[in-house]
Amino acid sequence: MSDAALLDVRDLVVRYGDTTAVDHVSFTLAPGETLALNGPSGCGKSSTALAVLQLRRPDSGEVRFEGRELTTLTESELRPVRPRMQPVFQDPYGSLSPRHRIRDAVAEPLRIQGQRPTRTQIAELLDRVGLDPSYGDRRPHELSGGQCQRVGIARALASEPRLLVLDEPVSSLDPSVRAGVLNLLADLQDDLGLGYLFICHDRAVVRHFAHRVIEMRDGRISSG
Amino acid sequence: MPSADPLLTVRNLRIAFDGIETIRGLSFDVRPREVLAIVGESGAGKSLTARALLGMVPRGATRSGTIEPDLAAQRGRRISLVPQDALSALSPVHRVGDQLAAAVRSVARVPRREARRRAVAALDRVGIPDAERRARAYPHEYSGGMRQRAVIAMATINEPDIVVADEPTTALDEEHRDQVLRVLAERSEAVGAALVLVTHDMEVVRAHADRVLVMYAGRLTELGPADEVLTRPRAPYTAGLLASLPEHAPRARRLPFLPGTPPAPGTLPPGCAFAPRCPLAAGPCHETEPEPQQVEERTLACHHWPELPHPATELFHE
Repeated sequence: MSDAALLDVRDLVVRYGDTTAVDHVSFTLAPGETLALNGPSGCGKSSTALAVLQLRRPDSGEVRFEGRELTTLTESELRPVRPRMQPVFQDPYGSLSPRHRIRDAVAEPLRIQGQRPTRTQIAELLDRVGLDPSYGDRRPHELSGGQCQRVGIARALASEPRLLVLDEPVSSLDPSVRAGVLNLLADLQDDLGLGYLFICHDRAVVRHFAHRVIEMRDGRISSG
Repeated sequence: MPSADPLLTVRNLRIAFDGIETIRGLSFDVRPREVLAIVGESGAGKSLTARALLGMVPRGATRSGTIEPDLAAQRGRRISLVPQDALSALSPVHRVGDQLAAAVRSVARVPRREARRRAVAALDRVGIPDAERRARAYPHEYSGGMRQRAVIAMATINEPDIVVADEPTTALDEEHRDQVLRVLAERSEAVGAALVLVTHDMEVVRAHADRVLVMYAGRLTELGPADEVLTRPRAPYTAGLLASLPEHAPRARRLPFLPGTPPAPGTLPPGCAFAPRCPLAAGPCHETEPEPQQVEERTLACHHWPELPHPATELFHE
């Protein structure tokens, strides 16, 4: 299993001061698989996500991604890894700068890597997430919540990742819009073989969308 | 409670901004002691409708139609609001207990000490632990769930006829949502108030509502007993909302869903506003807007409701 795993997390520990937010959590995730982390707020699911992404360095434990141990890498060593594991956050407006056009928001991850994406590339990314390329000229306030979340997904896809870490990606959306975004994520996974670490508190959504579910409570895996 | 006189009647309510109507001729009643849920997608006009009941129409808006009786002047006494964001409902610079006591004294001549006693009792009844001590705390010392409980205590402390709750749990996580909604429903019932509950969560409707008003583009689409509307929707829009819930979905990779988005105010299509997204739309749907009609216990605005299959959610399966 661990040879084929896209992500192999072992004994992950994250502490904030005296509080242990993530307490020896282990799991694996295969390409094309959706693994849900489910649990009440404060159970450590978002801290787990941040530690997987190395946005919050774990206090101990291993995070092996595409066979490579990340916890021992320096920031500059992580730089070529980061494009391959991308986050999508809950608040679609909050994760987009109100002053940037959608086109620039989508291009940003590529620019950070020193690339200069063409208009065609941006148009393709927007098309991929079901948005008309004309949206590239708009700003976030002109978009609905569901459209903004599609932009967030387009941006995550820009750097051709293998893993998306989705932290409550549909929690702030109307049910009708939510279904469209979940379908988009399912299609992208089928087409691109992406692995999804899917953080969600909504049990009905998790049951429908995830291949496997890990229940967390008080920083530990309670079942899964 | 079929023949009870309505507590509040709304007739042909219209609210416009710069001449563009956002609420477009809405009529419904609020009955004594009922829980009436108002549902619909973002932008349907749910919050605006709920706030209009309190006379809280935004500045710059023009309103026509009637809301009888007009309770705007009796806000806090006969009608009260539980908003989405508890922090905005509480003053950050006053102790929670003092704010509740002030609410009591704003409608009744009671001594300070008595107002304060009622405030503590109200906090206790919404499940704030150690209410006596907590009454002396400031809102920022409360957790999100406790703050929303305090707002519920404030909204029910003067035993109003109607409590209007506008997405009262959206800002809370799932664990606290159920508890807070239960407290809201219990307290409203205990003081004999009707609860008008704006939500986009059908689970909330199922768990708490007696009747549900489904709104689309500023109009009534369907209104009826909640259990019947949820199990057998008769308007295609209601069916579409229900179809997109994962708990109703067939075991398939993709969820059924309602394609497209609601029209923005001022960009309505001719005919029924839902027609561009409706699988049943044909003929008159593109020409005239359907007027609400009474069908048994249901009020429906759809030209094609008799043709709706059962279960209607199948209309939206791929």
